[in-house]
Amino acid sequence: MNAPNASGWRPEMGEAGAVLPATVSGDHGLNLEEKLIFELAAPGTYGVDFDDADVAPAPALGKFLRKAAPALPGLTEPEVVRHYTRLSRQNYAIDLGPFPLGSCTMKHNPRLNEKVARMAGFADVHPLQPTQTVQGALKVITQLADWLMALTGMPAVAMTPKAGAHGELCGLLCIRAALTAHGEERPVVLVPESAHGTNPATAAFAGFRVENIPATEDGRVDVAALTARLGPDIAGVMITNPNTCGLFERDLKTISDAVHAAGGYVYCDGANFNAIVGKVRPGDLGIDAMHINLHKTFSTPHGGGGPGSGPVVLSAALAPFAPLPFATLDADGIAHLVEEGDAHDHGHPNSFGRMTAFHGQMGMFTRALTYILSHGADGLRQVSEDAVLNANYILRELEDVLDAPFAAYGPCMHEALFSDNGMAEGFSTLDLAKGLIDEGFHPMTVYFPLVVHGAMLVEPTETESKAGTDRLIASMRSLAERGRAGDVTLKSAPHYTPRRRVDETLAARKPKLVWKD
Amino acid sequence: MRYLPLTPADRATMLARIGVDNIDALFCDVPADALQSGPIAGLPAHASEMAVERHMGRLAGENLSAGAAPFFLGAGAYKHHIPASVDHLIQRGEFLTAYTPYQPEIAQGTLQVLFEFQTQVARLLGTDIANASLYDGSTACWEAIAMAHRVTKRKKSILTGGLHPHYVATAQTMARFTDDVLVAQAPVLSADAEDAAIIAAIDGETSAVVVQYPDILGRIPDLAAISAAAQAHGALLIAVVTEPVALGLLEAPGALGADIVVGEGQSLGVGLQFGGPYLGLFGCREKFLRQIPGRLCGETLDAEGRRSFVLTLSTREQHIRREKATSNICTNSGLCALAFSIHMSLLGGAGLERLARVNHGKAQALSQAVAQVPGVTVLNDAYFNEFTVILPKDAREVVDALAAKDILGGVPLGRLYSEKPELANGLLLTATECTSDEDIAALVAALKEVL
Repeated sequence: MNAPNASGWRPEMGEAGAVLPATVSGDHGLNLEEKLIFELAAPGTYGVDFDDADVAPAPALGKFLRKAAPALPGLTEPEVVRHYTRLSRQNYAIDLGPFPLGSCTMKHNPRLNEKVARMAGFADVHPLQPTQTVQGALKVITQLADWLMALTGMPAVAMTPKAGAHGELCGLLCIRAALTAHGEERPVVLVPESAHGTNPATAAFAGFRVENIPATEDGRVDVAALTARLGPDIAGVMITNPNTCGLFERDLKTISDAVHAAGGYVYCDGANFNAIVGKVRPGDLGIDAMHINLHKTFSTPHGGGGPGSGPVVLSAALAPFAPLPFATLDADGIAHLVEEGDAHDHGHPNSFGRMTAFHGQMGMFTRALTYILSHGADGLRQVSEDAVLNANYILRELEDVLDAPFAAYGPCMHEALFSDNGMAEGFSTLDLAKGLIDEGFHPMTVYFPLVVHGAMLVEPTETESKAGTDRLIASMRSLAERGRAGDVTLKSAPHYTPRRRVDETLAARKPKLVWKD
Repeated sequence: MRYLPLTPADRATMLARIGVDNIDALFCDVPADALQSGPIAGLPAHASEMAVERHMGRLAGENLSAGAAPFFLGAGAYKHHIPASVDHLIQRGEFLTAYTPYQPEIAQGTLQVLFEFQTQVARLLGTDIANASLYDGSTACWEAIAMAHRVTKRKKSILTGGLHPHYVATAQTMARFTDDVLVAQAPVLSADAEDAAIIAAIDGETSAVVVQYPDILGRIPDLAAISAAAQAHGALLIAVVTEPVALGLLEAPGALGADIVVGEGQSLGVGLQFGGPYLGLFGCREKFLRQIPGRLCGETLDAEGRRSFVLTLSTREQHIRREKATSNICTNSGLCALAFSIHMSLLGGAGLERLARVNHGKAQALSQAVAQVPGVTVLNDAYFNEFTVILPKDAREVVDALAAKDILGGVPLGRLYSEKPELANGLLLTATECTSDEDIAALVAALKEVL
């Protein structure tokens, strides 16, 4: 509790207690407003010094020269540092508190990873340097690949995909290539209705038609419906395990066997691998391909929307079709980068091709390998166990005030799923999420998966302490009670943020995507 | 384990609260024969920060870094000096450890950055609008081809001979699985860009013509002429910029009539990083707004009428539209976009122009110096900071011999075009503001020895 100050005003009196004085600057103490860079900068200014004398462009360039310098604002270093530092303060982040976004695995990002990724031998090497000058970089790729194969029980891994959805694409292109190699036309991919949106989008992007498979009452894939649909037109299934309801797909091995018997392939979405890393090898469940989001399970920072990295482990059936290039280590310990020119010589003539320029997200590989080596096999198992423990603890602590549609069927994995059933008339998941913002937390994932009404998917991850999780639980409990009671102050939340609820409809109706003076 | 806050006592308390005896009871849905117990064969146990740093440091030490040698590589990845403030700012936890800004009330920092980034990119590329980033230049290039297909309802796109071969290969991979038809023109070792061949290939069935600017050999195509030809046939011009610093000196592709401009933003703020993560730039005409792939940030108002920013037009995107989405992209290159934007804010238009002139000046000096080496012929007259030389033998051998002298001597065309022996003697050389006179002298001396 704060003591009253001389005027008698106390923080908890808020706006209702007194009319707060306006400020000339628009800032309010440490609550800072920041103009756009275009409104701050003077033309012709810049914050970089140049050593070299200005040289006139070669005459041959004459007709290609631009008429005027680009209309871009420039600032000096102190102004730039201040602009971005002020902006940073308007963000919530893991470093500020729990970030329980279901399916996103927002865990602590270790700073050793950042330090290692910035070593000159990794950060300042060109992708097309002669391979004898980048042996260490190539070994980072092969060492990480070895770990990913061991942890998943799969015989091969494609390292180049640049994020999870790109990894999904890699897996489906392997399936397409395998089908083509076998002379088969199988146009349909089955996707459970609870799947991430990237699954059907990727299948369509890879040229497949998508059909949905329903879920059962206990939140799993309807095995009977799935097997009934199998046939000569089915290329395969895309299954998330643990699934987006936070549940382990008990029957995945049965599904895999049935899909294989029908001539199809099993793609596993590995977005939720954090729940089972070190505990379960997806390869033991019969899958053919699975992407691993290094920016989830293996702690590379999400950076406000990437970069990610999505290596894909592959079964023996799909491995021959894996993309180029790839790194490999020979018997003498020399690392090679197998590209288009030498794929045949390295016994990989059937690759479906290249997915990207260069060799993948090296900056994420160094971070992920650093994370993996830090944890070791024992630490990674503790990761999944603690992640699952934290989620089940939340489920148990809140199931009396929040509807937990699948809690009766057993424990969850690394995320706890609730619905908005039981809220007062007119109150929904959105109100609880915005209320959680006022409590100082990032909201859980909301309205996903679609199979649950007003879904709230809470993923605490293993890097949350019990005290931190207890604080989150206390706030969520309070919000659930306010929602059930119809507390109208929830409808206007958040109240304590740099911005109140923003008008998304206006943004979409009158799109304004660039600043104009 | 230093990253795991739960204590054994916490775990026991929590298991008791849940009502189970042990942790494996929470994994009861896993088939018993699939549940791992005991140590994992062949995998080491956890290690201290010091031990891991030592291991990774040894691996880093096995690489010859660009800053430690005379360095002349480019071909879609460029070494530029990144101001110290860029890396400091992107490591602020509020940027580094935030998620995609789905909750705008607590993500205005990232959102305003994206809005500024979109504006900077659009102005740099000369387009009406730009998105909030894609993975990299090569995947952005494919996304542009796919978008052109949606816009024109035509299937055929022309990949011109000056397009980076990795970009060609990336597009060809995707087109194998869609109904797109890609016509890949063979690169020709000529002094001038292949404008006439490009223009001759455009016909009434062409959806898009994809032209790199400057091209893979460092030449500068006449975008205005190609644009006019494309327009005459109802086709779109996709310009690909792999070196955005060039746009400090060269006219913006959008201003020359390009309908879609994609780019690799790595040069500004991001660094070499052995090929990734990089930054896909994507700008286009406003009328294609609803067909754009990837995230878009838009301006709006909050409940109190204050200017605010929010991700918008998400009905194009996979999480709403699922199999009908304009792209499957989800996570993109947010932090690289921030780095680009900070570096661009330090430069501004005037600084970018100055930087471009320095780059071009260094390339002129490099070109004049290597032209004096017996047996070396400089191919192109017009170039920005990268050009092609023809050597009397396979450039791969020459580059290996230079590497043995700790000189990173350019990108041999044989590395990029392994199936085209007629290009094998070609070598791409790049100079940037990082290239010193001593570096150039070292290359010239070494070339005289190895040729």
